[in-house]
Amino acid sequence: MPELFVAKAAQFPDGERRIVSHGAREIGVFQWQGKFYAYENLCVHQGGPACEGIMMHKVEDVIGPDRGWLGQKFSSDEMHFVCPWHGYEYDLKTGECAADRSLKLKSFEVVQRGEDIYVVAS
Amino acid sequence: MDLPLSDFRRMEVEEFDTSKLLAHATKQATERGYKNFPIVDVDSHHYESESIGEILDYMEDPVLQQLARSARQANAKSVGMLPAGVGYQDMGGRVMRYAVRGMEKTEAGVQRDIALTRRWMDAIGIDVAVMFPTPMLQLGLHPQVEVEVALARAYNRWLTERVLAHEPRIRSMLYLPFNDADAAFRTVQEFSQNKGVVGFMVTSARYRPVHHNSFMKTYALLEEMGLPLAFHAGYNWNDQTVGMMNRFISVHALGFVFYNMVHLANWITNGLPERFPKLKVLWVESGLAWVPFMMQRFDNEYMMRSSEAPALKRKPSEYMRDMYFSSQPMEMTDMAALEQTFRMIKAETQLLYSSDYPHWDFDLPSTIYDLPFLNEQAKRSILGGNAMKLFNLKLPAQKLARVA
Repeated sequence: MPELFVAKAAQFPDGERRIVSHGAREIGVFQWQGKFYAYENLCVHQGGPACEGIMMHKVEDVIGPDRGWLGQKFSSDEMHFVCPWHGYEYDLKTGECAADRSLKLKSFEVVQRGEDIYVVAS
Repeated sequence: MDLPLSDFRRMEVEEFDTSKLLAHATKQATERGYKNFPIVDVDSHHYESESIGEILDYMEDPVLQQLARSARQANAKSVGMLPAGVGYQDMGGRVMRYAVRGMEKTEAGVQRDIALTRRWMDAIGIDVAVMFPTPMLQLGLHPQVEVEVALARAYNRWLTERVLAHEPRIRSMLYLPFNDADAAFRTVQEFSQNKGVVGFMVTSARYRPVHHNSFMKTYALLEEMGLPLAFHAGYNWNDQTVGMMNRFISVHALGFVFYNMVHLANWITNGLPERFPKLKVLWVESGLAWVPFMMQRFDNEYMMRSSEAPALKRKPSEYMRDMYFSSQPMEMTDMAALEQTFRMIKAETQLLYSSDYPHWDFDLPSTIYDLPFLNEQAKRSILGGNAMKLFNLKLPAQKLARVA
């Protein structure tokens, strides 16, 4: 299985992403909170570049003890990346579509060899 | 440009290029062989607000012109004179092209709307696009009827002279100032022969019933000329009923259907299809799921209350089946329901592909081309053939869009 060079670790800060290509396949590699995640850059919706959009925390409703609505907040731990074409949101840690978890981007293994980050383009 | 994100983070964007954003669409066009057949997009948009300075040059009333120029200056980047509805089309910045659109560079010497429109048409594989404005979709709600009339005329003059006259791949159904029936009539008289004009369009978000007698002469003229009349959907969060909804998803989902439902109900029950049997009517940007609902609802009531729609000689659904519908935003989450909808609206002859690009819920041609229940001929009809017939478009044999 080919390993694609992504970046030098020092040049790939946490919270950023890189897009690498292997033939016709594009892969988005993210670093988030010290871990790497990689997904196919192809939205399940209309085929947009899902990994190239903004990263935004999941939005959550705040419901009170009486089940009344108190407001909204950004999740403290669930980060999404958003397809820039239409706004489909994906859980950064799983590649699942936030609106329907049965839909999922193809994921890839990321390995670090010394200072170099690679993605396994299986 | 810095984009605001969650958790006080920001994202820096240095450039924006439509061709790069749509690279995957270009790949789809190649894979699906769009070079082999024409694609006509019956509903796309530009941002006339970005050319408002030029458009105001075409405004004839000197007092309104000065008022608009001053209001624009006072409101920085906003148009000032246009009713600016509350709304979040950019989805909190998630659909980034809204924020960064202004950064895109275009070639010198080419009108910017033409340059940008050609760029996304080529990227997607679209040969001809019918282009509509964006903020002006709200203009039918303007409290001053004379402003709608003056701005519509200025826009129509600007569009025909600066855009349509110079790019045959861009067409338009011109804005009808529908709150003034005489002005609407004059608009058809004045502009119907202009290059690139393929019909006329009513922005649906307004409070003017389509069956009022004052509109009959306009319908008659359009019918005589063989030019279609389109109703372009829009939302209005200021409407008291719509105002009960607190989330933009609800306002958009229902708002973009609501006014077209009202206008279609009036159109049918007042017997306008019988009075103007050759007038071609097109419903734009309400998706498709509402049509089977309207068909079933009105057929069912008509069987009991036909005395209230005495001009009809057929069931309401039969008139609806003679109408045309643009495809976007096509509801695609239940394929069986979509297939049923296609059958009910006679999609193979009545459905017209539309992208709505560059708006947030645009549809690519693949939304039609990849449908498992259509044969190749039906796909090509919906993607282009039906529109070519409706608008009487004569296109050259070779593909106009640059797709490999």
